[in-house]
Amino acid sequence: MLVLGIESSCDETGVALYEMGSDGTGTLLGHALHSQIAMHREYGGVVPELASRDHIRRTVPLLRQALADCGRTLEQVDAIAYTQGPGLAGALLVGAAFAEGLATALGKPTVPLHHLEGHLLSPLLSASPPRFPFVALLVSGGHTQIMRVSGVGQYELLGETLDDAAGEAFDKTAKLLGLGYPGGPALARLAEGGKPGAVVFPRPMLHSGDLDFSFSGLKTAVLTYVRGKELDEQARADVCRGIQDAIVDVLVTKALAAVKKTGMQQLVVAGGVGANRELRRRLNAKAVKARIQVYYPELEFCTDNGAMIALAGALRLAAGAQAKAAGPIAIRPRWPLSELTL
Amino acid sequence: MPDHSESAAQSLNPGQSLLLANEAATQALGTALAQAAGPGLVIYLEGDLGAGKTTLVRALLRALGHTGPVKSPTYALVEVYKLSSLYLYHFDFYRFESPEEFVDAGLDDYFRQGALCLVEWPDKAAGFVPPPDLVLAFRFRDDDGRDLQLQPHSPGGEQCVNALMSRLSSDAGPC
Repeated sequence: MLVLGIESSCDETGVALYEMGSDGTGTLLGHALHSQIAMHREYGGVVPELASRDHIRRTVPLLRQALADCGRTLEQVDAIAYTQGPGLAGALLVGAAFAEGLATALGKPTVPLHHLEGHLLSPLLSASPPRFPFVALLVSGGHTQIMRVSGVGQYELLGETLDDAAGEAFDKTAKLLGLGYPGGPALARLAEGGKPGAVVFPRPMLHSGDLDFSFSGLKTAVLTYVRGKELDEQARADVCRGIQDAIVDVLVTKALAAVKKTGMQQLVVAGGVGANRELRRRLNAKAVKARIQVYYPELEFCTDNGAMIALAGALRLAAGAQAKAAGPIAIRPRWPLSELTL
Repeated sequence: MPDHSESAAQSLNPGQSLLLANEAATQALGTALAQAAGPGLVIYLEGDLGAGKTTLVRALLRALGHTGPVKSPTYALVEVYKLSSLYLYHFDFYRFESPEEFVDAGLDDYFRQGALCLVEWPDKAAGFVPPPDLVLAFRFRDDDGRDLQLQPHSPGGEQCVNALMSRLSSDAGPC
């Protein structure tokens, strides 16, 4: 069974082909992504990051590229999976209209998907994937959530941010330090040269007893600390280190608490912040002590991509979910993951 | 594009200013604003990162009975709240690299529905985001507090400021 996956919920346009064998083993055959970074490299200028029109321009060339990469044709596709929500309405509409239109022309069914389901399942694309059930820490610029993942379509929200996402906390405090926006990765790089404990910021909700997060107060704490100070290079690195340690500390503590609470042995870390080296280092160290396994998606699948959508579509169909007859287009810009079933 | 005219503003109240000594003061303002602001009003929230814009919105939503998280809309651009009969849209255009993205993202439709619209970083969508009825501008003080400037831009905005100020002064009185 060959599934075409299309992702267009926000800044990235992704197209991928995933083949599920009759024995339940799957292979990612080809994937193509158009991200802001590639766009800047190609055109040497800034292109509006959120333009739905940009998704329109990218989708067909990316589809051609993904097909060419694996030597398949559109006629061989059995179903078309796409991100139905949540996300930006205009951006979602492009992917949904494209998928439903193409499926209608090909006479194939569609699988409308929840964007976060793609992220939750993305570690299954790696060479040594986790097995159900597992706890997932989903951390990105837009999301900070802890989920219990019992199987395909079986997700339970255990905790989430009450305000800013962890990636947003990185990006906004980086901006306050004059590192540009989004400056999260730059902050993490500077933090490597910072002295641990030289600057200590509060860890909100660390001992709240639940699995929720709050990161918005960190902005004010950083502002208060840097106001009126002339920071030399080392002092700035120390501040970066303090910020990163505060964020990472809370993420690690809550993720481990979730693993303990659910009695599970596996932790999956997905989303863009999952690429942070300090987060990985700290989690890996704790995991050894707690005797659990930590899984990360391949770096290229940490951010939005089509491969996770093709994968999620294939896994849903393999798990017995019904594909939908192609045609009607309905997007869900607001869509709590907890409403999802198989 | 509606005329965001100076002449209209001139006939209005010249604006008020408030000292917000701490986070609790920002929250009290949000609570008072919940009673003073109504459907159809467009309120700009100006001020730098960490100034208290989302804190204000959170207190306002709590006062209107919302109990769930009040997430930063930076990533999603808009968070939608339905509070009994009132729709509240909380926008944040921080991530825009060009104001046209407001149109590309299809956000103009939200402003035609009679909802209470709270807009963070409106300058990032300048020329495309509809004009405000009221601008609340936060400025950092040297003592950790904030100065808040309240500038009405329409009769509806002026009414809101008057209701807000009388509510705040009655709250501040002896109880």
